[in-house]
Parts: sequence; structure tokens; C-alpha cells
Amino acid sequence: MLRDEDRIFTNLYGWFDWKLAGARKRGDWSNTKDILTKTPEDVVEIVKASGLRGRGGAGFPTGLKWSFMPKQNTGKPHYLVVNADESEPGTCKDREIIRHEPHKLVEGCLVAGFAMRAEAAYIYIRGEFYNEALHLQHAIEEAYEAGLIGKNACGSGYDFDVFLHRGAGAYICGEETALLESLEGKKGQPRLKPPFPAGVGLYGCPTTVNNVESIAVAPTIVRRGAEWFAGIGRPKNTGTKLFCISGHVNNPCNVEEELGIPLKELLEKHCGGVIGGWDNLLAVIPGGSSVPLMPKATCDDILMDFDSLREVRSGLGTAAVIVMNKETDVVKAIARLSAFYKHESCGQCTPCREGTGWMWRVMERMVRGEAEPEEIDTLEEVTRQVEGHTICALGDAAAWPIQGLIRHFRPEMERRIAARKSGAPVFETPASVAAE
Amino acid sequence: MPKLTVDGVEVEVPAGSTLLQACEAAGAEVPRFCYHDRLSIAGNCRMCLVEVEKAPKPVASCAFPAGDGQVVHTKSELARKAQKGTMEFLLINHPLDCPICDQGGECDLQDQAMGYGYHSTRYTENKRAVADKHMGPLVKTIMTRCIHCTRCVRFSTEIAGVTDMGMLNRGENAEITTYLEKALDSELSANVIDLCPVGALTSKPYAFVARPWELKKTETVDVMDAVGSNIRVDARGSEVLRVLPRLHEDINEEWISDKTRYACDGLKRQRLDRPYVRGADGKLKPASWDQAFATIASNVKEVSGKQMAAIAGDMVDAESMFALKSLMTALGSPNTDCRQDGTKLQAGARAGYIFNTTIAGIERADALLIVGSNPRWEAALVNARIRKTWMRKPIKIGVVGERLDLTYDYDYLGAGPQTLAEIASGEHAFTQVLKDAKAPMLIVGQGALSRADGEAVLATCQAIAEQTGMVYDESRTETPGEDGAEPTVTVTPAWNGFNVLHTAAARVAGLDLGFVPGEGGKDVEAILKAAKSGGVKFLYLLAADEIEAKAFPNCFVVYQGHHGDIGAQAADVVLPGAAYTEKDGLYVNTEGRVQLGVGAAFPPGEARADWKILRALSNVLGQTLPYDTLEDLRMALNKAHPVFTGLDVTESADWSAFVEMSLTDGKMDDTVPFASPIENFYMTDPISRSSATMAACTEDFVVPKRKAAAS
Repeated sequence: MLRDEDRIFTNLYGWFDWKLAGARKRGDWSNTKDILTKTPEDVVEIVKASGLRGRGGAGFPTGLKWSFMPKQNTGKPHYLVVNADESEPGTCKDREIIRHEPHKLVEGCLVAGFAMRAEAAYIYIRGEFYNEALHLQHAIEEAYEAGLIGKNACGSGYDFDVFLHRGAGAYICGEETALLESLEGKKGQPRLKPPFPAGVGLYGCPTTVNNVESIAVAPTIVRRGAEWFAGIGRPKNTGTKLFCISGHVNNPCNVEEELGIPLKELLEKHCGGVIGGWDNLLAVIPGGSSVPLMPKATCDDILMDFDSLREVRSGLGTAAVIVMNKETDVVKAIARLSAFYKHESCGQCTPCREGTGWMWRVMERMVRGEAEPEEIDTLEEVTRQVEGHTICALGDAAAWPIQGLIRHFRPEMERRIAARKSGAPVFETPASVAAE
Repeated sequence: MPKLTVDGVEVEVPAGSTLLQACEAAGAEVPRFCYHDRLSIAGNCRMCLVEVEKAPKPVASCAFPAGDGQVVHTKSELARKAQKGTMEFLLINHPLDCPICDQGGECDLQDQAMGYGYHSTRYTENKRAVADKHMGPLVKTIMTRCIHCTRCVRFSTEIAGVTDMGMLNRGENAEITTYLEKALDSELSANVIDLCPVGALTSKPYAFVARPWELKKTETVDVMDAVGSNIRVDARGSEVLRVLPRLHEDINEEWISDKTRYACDGLKRQRLDRPYVRGADGKLKPASWDQAFATIASNVKEVSGKQMAAIAGDMVDAESMFALKSLMTALGSPNTDCRQDGTKLQAGARAGYIFNTTIAGIERADALLIVGSNPRWEAALVNARIRKTWMRKPIKIGVVGERLDLTYDYDYLGAGPQTLAEIASGEHAFTQVLKDAKAPMLIVGQGALSRADGEAVLATCQAIAEQTGMVYDESRTETPGEDGAEPTVTVTPAWNGFNVLHTAAARVAGLDLGFVPGEGGKDVEAILKAAKSGGVKFLYLLAADEIEAKAFPNCFVVYQGHHGDIGAQAADVVLPGAAYTEKDGLYVNTEGRVQLGVGAAFPPGEARADWKILRALSNVLGQTLPYDTLEDLRMALNKAHPVFTGLDVTESADWSAFVEMSLTDGKMDDTVPFASPIENFYMTDPISRSSATMAACTEDFVVPKRKAAAS
């Protein structure tokens, strides 16, 4: 369990002043100039050594990502783009950071931007985050007024601008290259990779796209040292993480915890346990809607970090823990996610455009048992035909929840089909035959 | 030069190649829909997925760079599975209405479904239906068939330069549309039909007309403008049903203009299918060939050679012009001219009347001055090539003439001769732009040359070319190598940036074979004046349709041509000739490239190939031309004018001959600005004037603009 003194987001719940004065009291913007007197390579090395992995879902080492930016002057400006288009169902961590700790993000932009020799940071914020955008804009203006960013940021001689851009509410614009397209004023559709943004990004210039949380923790890591951060959590899964727990727990919440905390401890310590007790647990989606769910048997002793969850064929994703107890119609829950992905597919590439609709329609029938048993295999195969064949990861994200459902709850799906055929009630028993 | 292995075959491909190109180089077939050589890479159909060893998942070969040491499998289980999966997705919402689809038989989806599709569908849900879009008189849409490859969108934005098309909505509701449900405002719009890999965009005039396997396909060249686009004419019996582009990298790449494609329905209307002779009542009456020839012979007898004249039209093949020229010479007439529009270009120095740079050569230019021309309407594919160059590299373009939307940005320098004179004298800033350029070029159009002061304009353009270094020979510069290393030699190839843009397919051939006034002969203007005043008593119009023949009551007019158009209306004898799709013949395009046109159908009724008519008439007139076959005629033509010997080549013309030519030192008329001779792109010649499709295009594209300009 994370000690209070190791917490990075000390105002996560908004109990204190979120503006510059309050943020300074909590240690933000203290000696930022000292950080800027280091070389950019040093800052990258510290972040590398801390073992920080990207908090946006894929878990790619942040320091390594920064090091992909060209070291020599290419004649083009470098850009840092912060992905604040937090739209993954179940996820609400960036929202809280922007609401209550906006200065952590603004300072993070400066530090990260400095590390990658960027001229400016663009923060692309989800359109629905209206009040959050106001907070963040206020924080940016405060920082400009205090000379913390802008010309000669923090008196370091380094010029750095921060711009806020509001999106229009498309999930796909959270995909980094679609985000860049949207930022450029085009239709938000993912780009082909390669070239990667570090080579050809925003306006054709070298660009790094990072999640809000990855950027917001950077100044604290640099200030307190890589060893401190690396000392928290488990090897290769270091540091603290914001978990967003929703669903059938007594006290849904956001909480900062160390990576590798057992799921059971997370739910019982911070969320008051599963509604109806631990044994009433049916399944957990551990990392936002895109990752496959885990049945209770797995949840009993699983550790919440990137590698442990990967081992059980799920993922940490954004660490948005969606808890489902036995009251849940699990097939319907996943069908709802399929509807979401069908709605949010950009329509650019074939497997996702056609596949998400197909999967959703079959899932809707599966909910009612209106299918043939062999269609479960067809559905599984369709998810495999989408997964890995698309331009961006939305296809994967649409496929994985269904694959998880079939892997863990196939008997429930078969029961419904059989019940429908025999005329028995389809919805009577709430998923009691869940098994693995 | 990365070296990689594709299906066990090792290939080396140029750096910057894609995996798909590498696969093709290795002889491996990779299915694709969205990929097209001439368009940007979209990578969205996902049909070209292949397995690359060490890659975690299949990669889209069209968008993936070929790298050294890659091991690629295009037919492995993983690759096949990925391709079949994509094909299944493409088909689930495709209507499979092939029996009633015009694309049937030449459909990429149909063909590739045979190779990569499952035998039956697993998709039992309802299929998607999409509302059709209005795209004007040329393109028929059945949008339910669309597979969202976006080729049409990329073509219209990148090649045609109009941003009228795009994709609306997202996910499975995504629709390709013209946003405002209006036709693509481009002369190249119908190329999207060829690009569409399915039957979503098909040809509206050709809808439900024929199946591809019913058609006889003939490879020939187009004569609707002077570009000489390579085309394929599809005919059923003697009816030309459609015209499609044929690949020619140096001319039209694989595009054609809408007029080239769709004027062919004009071949069925207003045709002259038998000879006519004007009777005593002043009305044209059907006659036999013998009667027609006899009438001509009796009139010729009474007229001296000097009182005869002949004008050749804009779409005439070289052989017929040569035959007519020979006949007129034999009859003692020096009054021949092929310059119907009165252009002041001179025969003789070829560099002075062809597009010296060549169309493909435009891509080397880095500065361009357009004088009195609207290339978009005069030669749509030359304009497309300029746009292509402008898209790919920095090129400074200046325009003297009308201010028009040419699909690329340019500096508007001025409206007329005054600006041109300033550029020639070096007072204008653009002179320096041309001087600084490595490969400066100039395009002068017929709008500037067919004026009364056309020769002065030509002389000014020549002066500009001379002063700004537009013409130079190959040069070699040697940089000495350091420390005894081999010196590096840079070769700058020869360049001629002086270009005349023609609008008539027959013009360059006419000038090449000297269908211009002979010693003491009259040019078009003088012929017409003399015909009015009685100086010319016998006028032979060889498909010359831009001449108002009614104006010559005292002159005996013979019209030989294929359409009952302006030329035929007041002729005294009408001889039915053949249109370009009905005869073999040589044409020389604006670049000076000799190309062979091939007949795809028979002329209607009693109409005959034009050279045959002239040969038969010469017999009746007692001046029998010395050839009995087209081959003999061509031999004679080649012998007299060796320039016709080489087919499909462009030879650099001798620039000094043009410089030494004595052009007038007269002044240009400052008061009249340059204007393009083409007022309506869709109707420029007897065929397109007879075409219902072109009339519909005029109604849709030209009339609204005229109205808007008038109000």
C-alpha cells in the first residue's frame, strides 16, 4: 500500500486550492529552473531510469519514447502533444488531474518539452471536459503571468509555449495520430505508421504524444529522483498509478496506488469491497473497456500491473477497473461495449468499419440467445479477423472484450442459446453458470 | 537499394519503394483496392496484408517501406487468412448485385473475390443500404456498392484539384459523397469511374448499354484536343459505345478528359451518310458518288488553279491533308491552309510551333509562364501535368491572360500584350524568376496567336525564351575530385522551354506537311475574303467546320467531312467522310509526336475514309494521285516529310531555325487582352457539338457560370 508521503497527486480529491498558489504550497513549480539547468539528455535518463511506463494504456516506456525525438536540429520545430482526450469508458483519471492538479500538467509539459527540445506543447482536451478546460486554461494563464512558461520559462532562458485545444467528442481522436489530424484541423482519422510521430508528427514535425498522467508525474520524478519512483511497485512496473474504480463496489473512486497492488486489496481498502461481498464478484475489466475481462477466479490473487495482467491475457490499460458482481448480465455488458466501438469506429479501414458492426449485431443476438451455438466460433473468428489487421488499435480494442467474454463465459452464451431453443427463460439465472 | 526476399525470391528494389512494389518486382501478386500508383497511399482497404517475418502482425504492404533483409510471405497461411478476412468484410455489406451491375466483368472486387473470397457468406444480418448521390450527367452512383477505398476522393483532390468529394460520417455510416450533391467541377471528373474498383461509380451515359465481353476493343488516339491522349475505343458492330483511357506515361498517363470520353455519342448524330448535291432550288439533295464527283468536276473545269482554295479542319488525319495538298498542287492552286482559327504560326521551323518541352518534360520545369491560354480547357491533361508538377515541387507559375481557376496557384501578371512586353523587356519582376530558374518554360496558347497581332506575340514569346535562357544544350560540369579522386561530372540535359499549345489535333501535322499557302498563295483570312469577293471560285473544305460557309454565294463550296455541322450547311456538294474512330490515320499531337489512329468501326452508310474520297475525286478530275493503298500514301508522305516516319517519338526540334526565321517586328495591340479561344470546353468540334452528353455537361457546368458572370 502506497505511503502518503509517496503520493504525487496530493490534491486528487480537490480538497485544496487548485490554482497556482495552492499548487506551489504542494511543491509544484518549486525549483523548476534547476531541472531546466540539466541537459535534456539527463532529464530523459532520469525518466528512463525511473521505469515510468506510459499511462495512456499501451504502457510503453516514457523515457524511451522521449529519446526517439531527433537529437540534432532538423530545422523543424519539435512538439509535445498531450493527449487529454480521455474517452475510454470507465476512465476518469485525467479528468481529476486537470480539475484539481492542472499545474502538475502544465509543469510537466515544460519539463517533458524541455527533455525533447520542443518549442511548444499542445494539450488536446476532450470536448466534453468543459469545466476542466476552463481550469486548465486558467492554470496556463497563471503560469504565463508568473513567467513559468512562455519566453524565458522560469528564468531558464528556455522559451516554451503551452496551447490548449478542445476536441469535439470523438473517441478515435484519442488515438495519437488521429489526434494529430484533428489538431491540424482535419477529420480525425488515424494515420498510417510508419512514419511515426517522432519523425513526422504534428504539421510534419517531430512530435511526441503522451498521456496526461505520464506528463503530470514527470516533474515529481525528476525532482525526487529516479530511484524513489523505481522503488515503488514491482520491477518493470514501477511507480504510482491512478486507478479509477467503478461498477459494483460500495465506494467507487479514483485513487493513487502503487503498481502491483493486489486487485482484492485495491477494491477492499479503497472501495469498500464488492457489493454483496467478494464472493458475489462475477468479473472485472481491469483497464478500461478495451481490455478483456477477468473472471472472479483470476481476480482473487491478481496483481494490478502491466505484466501481471498481460500474463492472464488481459491488460492494465488505463487502470480503469470496472467491477461487475453477479447481478450483471455480462453478455449484455460486453454487447454494450461492442455498440460503443461500432459507434466510434472512424470508418477508414475495412476490418474495423465492417467488423465492429458485424460483431455488435451478433452480440445483440447473443444477449437474447437468438443464435446457433456454432456462431460463437464464428464470432470469435471475426474478432480475430479484425484484431491486428487495422490501421490503429481501435480494431483490437473492439475485438478484445468479446474474446474475453467467449474465453471466460462461453457456457453462459451457450446456455442462452439452448434456453431460447427450448423455450426456457433466457434471462432468469443471473450468470450463475460463469466458469472457467 | 534494399534487398529482400519475397516468397523465396530475392529482389532488390529502389530505396523508398513500398513492400507492395517489392512484391510486384518479385512477381508475387498482392490483392489491393485502395492502392493506386498515381494516388497518395491510403492503406485503408487492408486487402494487401502480407506476412513479414519478425513483425508481430500482418502489415499493409502498400504502405510499408521495403527494408533490407525483410523476409516477406504473400501466400503464407497468416497472409492468406488476413486477405480472406478482409475480403469477407468487404463483401458483407456489398450488395452482390453483379448481374445488374455495369462493372460486372471488369470489377476488381468480383475478380479478387474469386481468388480470395469464401464460397458462401457467414453474415446473416441485414446488409447496409446507402442513398445514391447526385454526381452530374457523367457519373452514375450506386453507393451501396461502395467499399470506401477513397480512390475517387484522392483523385479529385490530388489530380483533378477540386475538393468536392470526401467521406462523411464515420464507422459503418461512413459515406463517400460530393458533400453538396453536385457534379465534380472538373474536366477530368469521369476518371473516377475507371478508378472505382467496384460498381459504385459507373458511367451514366453507358449505363446498361453493354457488357465488356460484347465489345470490340481498338487501341487508338484521341483527336478532341491536341494532346493526343491514348484511348481504347469499345465498339459493338459499327456503334462506338465508349471510350476509355489507355496508359501512356508521356502523354495522358492513365487519365482522359471528359470530352474525350463522352463525346462519342456525337458520332451517332448528325452524320453524313451519303453524298449530297445542291439542286436548282437551293436545297441539298441526296446524290450518288458519281453525281457528286461529276458536279465537282464540271465546276473545277471552269476555274483556274489560282481561283481554287482548300482549308483543312481541326480533326483531319495527316494522310488526307497530304492527299488534298497534293491534289491542289496538281490543280495549280497555292491557296491551301490548315490554320482555320487564323493562328499566325509559321510552317518551316518546327521548334516554333510545337510543345518543345514535351508533356512529361513539364515535370522538370521550375518556372512557368502561361501566355494567353487556358490549359484547363484547351488541353486538360497538360493542365493536370502542370498541377502534378506544382504538387510535387516548388514551381513558380505566372499567367498573362484571363484570370481563371487552373487548379494550382499562380501569380497573375496581367491581362494582355502590355504585360508580355514588360516581361520581354525585363521591366517585369517575373523576368528575373524565369532567369533564375534552372528549367524555365513558357506556354503560349492559340488565344494569343490567332489574333491579328499573333505574329508579334509569337516574336515576343520567342524573345522572352531567348533572353531568359529557356533553351540550352546538354552541358557537363566537372568538379575536380579531392586528393586525386575521380572528378565528378554533372550532366545537365538539354532543355527547350518554349511551347506552343495547340487545340486542334490536326494542326501540327498540317504545319509539318506544309498545308499552308504555297508561293503567292492565300491564307485562311485571304481565302475567305477572296471567296466573298469572287477571287476564289472553288473552295474545298476538308472537315473544316469552323468556317461560316453561307457567306460565299458566288463560290462553289465542296465540303468533305463526317458531320452535318456548320461547314456542310451551305456547301454545294457534300461528300461524307469518316470520323476518327472510323479510319486509320496519323495524327501529330502538340508535342510533335506522331501517333497512329486505328479505325474501330465502319463509317456509316456510303461514307468512306477521307483519303479514299480524295483519291477517287482526283481520278475524276484527271489528276490521279499516285497511290492506291493507305500504305502507298504513307510511303509518299514519309518520303516527302520524314518527320512522319517515327511513330510515338518526340525529337527535339532545331531551335536556331526558329530564331533565324524572320518574324514581324510589328507591335502588339495593347488594347485587346488575351482570351482563350475555347468558350465551352464541352463543345469544340462537330462531334462534341452533336453529343447529347456534352450538351448536358454544358447545361450543368458552363451555363450556370455564364449566367453568374452575366448577372
